[in-house]
Amino acid sequence: MSLIHPSPSSDPLISVDNLCKSYRMVSSANDSICNQVLFDINLEIDQGEFIAIMGPSGSGKSTLMNILGCLDTPTGGDYWLAGQNVALLSNDELARIRNYKIGFVFQGFNLLKRMTALDNVAIPLLYAGVSRTISRQRALDLLSRTGLANFTLHQPNQLSGGQQQRVAICRALINQPSLILADEPTGNLDTQTSREIMALFEQLNREKGITIVLVTHEKDIATYAHRHIHLKDGYVIQDKNQNTELISDKIL
Amino acid sequence: MNLFVIIGEALRALRLNRMRTLLTMLGMIIGVAAVVLMLSIGQGAQTKIKQSIASMGSNLFLVVPGATSAGGRSFGSGSVKTLKVADATAIADLPNVTATAPVITGIAQLNYSNNNWSTTITGTTPDYFKIGNWEMQNGNIFTKSDLRSMRRVAILGEITAKKLFGEENPVGKIIRISSRPFQVAGVLAPKGQSLTGRDQDDNVFIPVTTTERQITGSQFPGSIQYMMVQGESAEKMNEAETEINQLLRQRHRITDGIEDDFTVRNLTALAAVASSTAKIMSLVLGAIASISLLVGGIGIMNIMLVSVTERTREIGIRMAIGANRRAILTQFLLEALMICIMGGLIGILLGIGGAWIVSQVADMLIIITLSMVGLAFFFASAVGVFFGYYPARKAASLKPVEALRYE
Repeated sequence: MSLIHPSPSSDPLISVDNLCKSYRMVSSANDSICNQVLFDINLEIDQGEFIAIMGPSGSGKSTLMNILGCLDTPTGGDYWLAGQNVALLSNDELARIRNYKIGFVFQGFNLLKRMTALDNVAIPLLYAGVSRTISRQRALDLLSRTGLANFTLHQPNQLSGGQQQRVAICRALINQPSLILADEPTGNLDTQTSREIMALFEQLNREKGITIVLVTHEKDIATYAHRHIHLKDGYVIQDKNQNTELISDKIL
Repeated sequence: MNLFVIIGEALRALRLNRMRTLLTMLGMIIGVAAVVLMLSIGQGAQTKIKQSIASMGSNLFLVVPGATSAGGRSFGSGSVKTLKVADATAIADLPNVTATAPVITGIAQLNYSNNNWSTTITGTTPDYFKIGNWEMQNGNIFTKSDLRSMRRVAILGEITAKKLFGEENPVGKIIRISSRPFQVAGVLAPKGQSLTGRDQDDNVFIPVTTTERQITGSQFPGSIQYMMVQGESAEKMNEAETEINQLLRQRHRITDGIEDDFTVRNLTALAAVASSTAKIMSLVLGAIASISLLVGGIGIMNIMLVSVTERTREIGIRMAIGANRRAILTQFLLEALMICIMGGLIGILLGIGGAWIVSQVADMLIIITLSMVGLAFFFASAVGVFFGYYPARKAASLKPVEALRYE
């Protein structure tokens, strides 16, 4: 495969301006406490970047991830995804964006129970309106390329953690999204499996130019990313680029 | 996302919880079966009553002689012999009357070879059979000429014919009524019980003229016990009643201010009461069955709500990978609807089976119509949509991030 690094276009994929998020918690009958989790976040992420969002637990990194993934809405500021102001989109349009543009990978895999790996991977296509036959064909194709050809008819509880996470990655990839959001994807995996999963992400970023945003608190996992964004108590405290080409090669 | 895919997802979810699906469906099955069974029993009862009313004849008046009193002591209706055969003939010519039948009845002993049987003897005219919707099983009714010549001919009710003749064909045979020979002209087709519970098939009919002279005898020649009058139409019953009253007063020379010596009774009122009673009964049965359908529906809502809570995380995952609210709503609504439709179909079959068993065991008339089955099916589906909507909406309105975080 050729090494095509997509040239950063003038329009960033993700643009976040003064983003805030607070939760209103009811403490008593007519009293509520406002709990702010994110303060004035400003970010620009270009197509093809590989980013790690880091920070201790409670720093707001998962909340930021959920907002970037259109699963949650900010309470202040703007979020532009591929030139669209997300705040102006309807629920249906958000569902469509999650379906077509974003792939999610979770710490707990979040596969649908009692459903085969094949069907789990195929569901996003079904929601996109693709027929069951074609969806399964494409899911099978993708699973084979990830080395899971022999596990297509296994249900999640019959697969190892690493295999489940691969199935989840296949599911995230099936609609050919431009953005993959991974929330602690290696949190439930052992070191060796974590490396394999990270190598897969690294390969997807390098070969297909898919933008990857990774949330992690593990330093060695973050080293796969080209850019690190550190959060603490809801603020971005550090945002720096680094060259990781060598590290990645060394592990592969 | 196309509907077939959502149907597939809904079916998969139902299959995964087979026991729960089955138990929920049971509520629906019982409800729909009860509706079908109760409707068919109600419909059967209504039809039975309609048949009884029809067998009585339609648009009927009963004219009975009036009451009399002597020395301050009142006698009941019919205590005077004021009605004559000639009155019946005259009433038959009224514009809103189609037919009249004068009646003299009594009890008589019937003999044929070694058999004898005591039954009601009715002296009347051929119009009696027309008015009462009687049909012949065998032979013919007697004619007007039999009436004029006072012939000794008899028509037997089905039971009387059986008692006297067994399997033998009675037509043309000679029987003895109160020791006098009569030729059997025909046998009536059976009608069963009347609304008042009287067996309508145990009787013998002879010409009214013959009765008076040969069987009962009378101190008042030409007098009758009562007469049946058939009105032209249901709408003209009141006019007919007035005409009969006027004519009889005129014929009996009753001046103004003097009471009638006869009574005209409209029998359609009785029929109306009977049929409205049957209608109310089937309504009550249907209402009771509907309650069980309602309870089944609440059961579905309950289970669907539990299911939504239990599958919150699944809903979150589906939303994260691109399911919009309509897809989630449709899936949960379809799950409820499919439980109802499947339960409804099984319930309909069970209801039909139950109705058949009831008709066999209880010897009741059971009527199942297509519209009844359609109604039950429609209500089952309506219950599914109605009680499935709220849980489905609850599922669809979950926030993706909260649903995903749900443990």
